[in-house]
Amino acid sequence: MSPDTSLPLLLGLAWLLPLASFALIVLFGPKMGKAGILASYVATGAILGSFLLSLTAFGIWHFGHLGARDDVVAAADAHHEAATGEHDERSAGHDAGAGHAGHGLPTAPPKVYTEDLYKLGQFGALKLSISYYIDSLTVLMFSMVSLIASLIHFYAFGYMHDELHEVTDHEVTLSDGHHLHRPGRFHRFFQYLSLFCFSMLGLVFAGNILMVFVFWELVGICSYFLIGFYIERKSAQNAANKAFIVNRVGDFGMIIGLMALWASLGTFAFGDIDGKLGIFSSVRPADNDYKLQVPDGMVRLSAMSEITAGTPATSQQIASWREQGYGYWMLVIAGVGIFCGCVGKSAQFPLHVWLPDAMEGPTPVSALVHSATMVAAGVYLAGRFYPVFAPEVLLVIAYAGAITLFLAATIAITAVDIKRVLAYSTISQLGYMMLGLGVGGWAAGLFHLITHAFFKSLLFMCSGSVIHATHTNDMRRMGGLRHKMPWTAYTMLVGVLAIYGAAIPFVIGFSGYYSKDSIVAQVLSFYNANPTHGGIFFALSVGGAGITAFYMFRLWFMTFAGKPRDHHVFEHAHESPPVMYVPLAVLAFFAIVVGFPWFPFSVVKLLEQARPMGAFASGWLLPTLAYPEEHLSHTDAIHGLAEVSLFFVALAGLVLSAAFYAFGRLNPNDVRKQFAPIYRLLWNKWYFDELYNAIFVRPVLFLSKLVANFDRRFIDGAIDGLARCVRSVASLDDVIDRYFVDGAVNVLAAWTYSIGDSLRSLQTGKLRQYVMLIVIGTVALTLLIRWSVAASG
Amino acid sequence: MELLSQPVGVSHFLVVGAVLFISGVVCMAVKRNALGILMGIELVLNGANINFVAFSSPTLNRETAYVLGLDGQLISLFVIVLAAAEAAVALAITLNFYNNHATVDVDRADELKG
Repeated sequence: MSPDTSLPLLLGLAWLLPLASFALIVLFGPKMGKAGILASYVATGAILGSFLLSLTAFGIWHFGHLGARDDVVAAADAHHEAATGEHDERSAGHDAGAGHAGHGLPTAPPKVYTEDLYKLGQFGALKLSISYYIDSLTVLMFSMVSLIASLIHFYAFGYMHDELHEVTDHEVTLSDGHHLHRPGRFHRFFQYLSLFCFSMLGLVFAGNILMVFVFWELVGICSYFLIGFYIERKSAQNAANKAFIVNRVGDFGMIIGLMALWASLGTFAFGDIDGKLGIFSSVRPADNDYKLQVPDGMVRLSAMSEITAGTPATSQQIASWREQGYGYWMLVIAGVGIFCGCVGKSAQFPLHVWLPDAMEGPTPVSALVHSATMVAAGVYLAGRFYPVFAPEVLLVIAYAGAITLFLAATIAITAVDIKRVLAYSTISQLGYMMLGLGVGGWAAGLFHLITHAFFKSLLFMCSGSVIHATHTNDMRRMGGLRHKMPWTAYTMLVGVLAIYGAAIPFVIGFSGYYSKDSIVAQVLSFYNANPTHGGIFFALSVGGAGITAFYMFRLWFMTFAGKPRDHHVFEHAHESPPVMYVPLAVLAFFAIVVGFPWFPFSVVKLLEQARPMGAFASGWLLPTLAYPEEHLSHTDAIHGLAEVSLFFVALAGLVLSAAFYAFGRLNPNDVRKQFAPIYRLLWNKWYFDELYNAIFVRPVLFLSKLVANFDRRFIDGAIDGLARCVRSVASLDDVIDRYFVDGAVNVLAAWTYSIGDSLRSLQTGKLRQYVMLIVIGTVALTLLIRWSVAASG
Repeated sequence: MELLSQPVGVSHFLVVGAVLFISGVVCMAVKRNALGILMGIELVLNGANINFVAFSSPTLNRETAYVLGLDGQLISLFVIVLAAAEAAVALAITLNFYNNHATVDVDRADELKG
């Protein structure tokens, strides 16, 4: 079987298995064993099957050398080696493989398998189909998502066991003062998890932007279901609604981007299918050396006023219009629109507000959906769409990422809810990824996406284990728990070290060290090219790393180190069952090794196999904006500097954190008093919720109240009046009916009755009388006839 | 008395039929015994039958315009069958009436009067 049939088959099956599990649980969930316990076996089996299939695909990809691009592999190998670093950034792409072997842009396009699986419909030029787009990024994402999802399924089996019997929800008080008592919903949880896995894998598998959009929304609705899993809690309802509505805002932008692309290009497909140009090759045509250019369709659409009716524009005309900048805006709008969707899904500033509230869901959901996979989908899509983004769009992405990473990191400093700290850290890390992508570090951003998925799901599952043991989210009531739950404590320490980026510089480190370093190195490289923008990015990203170190160790120290603060909580704490801590150990292993660049199948090398073709173009709106190619950041001058600065800043954060929370040298309360205004600002999350409340929520509520009033007064009033009219007409009808119609009928009946009554006396019941009457009658009749005949005759 | 001097023809049969019919009617009108009334009914039916037979007979009829032929005889056969069926039903009713009231006096059967 050749890879072009086996890869789609394997990944397609891996994609559809969770759907089958979802369908089974929907239909038979409550009947699956006691309280639906078998549903978890079905769901776990399905996702485990997906993982094995993905792993097989991974093996086929790697050992078949499908993505081999010699120059790229060489470049990845040479990451930490010295480079001349003197050549011009722009020309680097053209002499790659010649003068500087192994340092440069890929010379061949990435190996991609893309095909239509099934045509849903064709409406004129609009073709809707289920198609796939498989490159090494797809294979990598499939393996990562299915591995993490499998582990989380196992973990959830332990975490959700409360749902196997009747549940008393202590956070819901009914109107009669009792706590809510409800049947367990074990199977429903796994049903949603399966649907989520199906949607997420479909999003990665998708070969056209429309399919991406469909699965994008499916992922969103799963998130809604899972955040609102404890639907009886007011806070869960609000959080689910908030997540869904905020995501709609982003998706609105995405739809605009989709429209811009379809209207101008007439296709949704990423790659070239059946000789029809896909989005990527329209934007970066091979005959333009894969450089970004405004596609003909966009030029033609924008230059509508120049085109004389009836005569199609010649290619020279189009070329000259392109020179004048026609259509460039459209490309920017398409890029920013698609990025809007990513902003919503990946919780970037200014739509980051939903993610912390989404922690209302059960912790396995937070680990899977709100840290490792779904929120990463935005970053994935930004990476997938990379060829389409104009430099101006990339700058927008970089700014959104930089602001997000700093904002979220500062909020995490003061948060006391263990899951919220992690939620803000997720937002912050997603900001890093976006920043990495935005400054030209395609591989760096996606590399961080993969490593972050492992250590963040590990951190979340550890926090879930703590919550499971202590029944509280408040870190102020924890402390000293490492004695009670060593597995959780030390696996979490691994996660903390991974996100901290712990390493012996230039030698070896946890996974976060490699990915974060490559992002910051690219930021530094960008700074050299564009000092104004780059300065901000560099300061925020390095500062953010320091803050990350501070709040992550603060979390660990507050939870596991020191003396227990609440003895009641401490007494009741216990280590979680093996079904929960074994996945933690597995994830901890991956959090350490997934970043290592030396394996032949390391993440970096796989990513390099999928790197989009083509050098960065200069922007048309911002012509001074220059993007350095990513491989230039691998030089010692840049990478080394980034590494060293990160190392010391993060160390400073660690030391500060230890001084506050481990050794008690500094008292957090004093600092809190000293910087009261800043503390209040951070404690209230920069007042974003209040701001949105004032700007959007209140006016909308006011407007809806107004509309409701209008509805009640005018529309309801009109309907009420109409009803009253009908009633009065009906009462008139009633009078007519009663007196005239009924009267006539009654009179007739009375007559009939009285006639019958008077005829009664004839019926004597005397048989002989009847015979006599018959005889008399007959005789009389005969005589009558005779006489009448005689009279007439 | 002209009739007595003539040879036997249709008219003579009609007279016998009329006598039977009148006797039956009178019997029905005067008897209080249900069985008597049934007998009267038989007389009435047979009086009518004699008329049919007479009109169907070709030997009695000289003027062919009045001859009913086999139709009259068949009708009389029907009437006989009908009379048998009627007798069976009527006797059953009478017997039930006797069982309930210990009498066959038809004047007592006036419960359904108006």
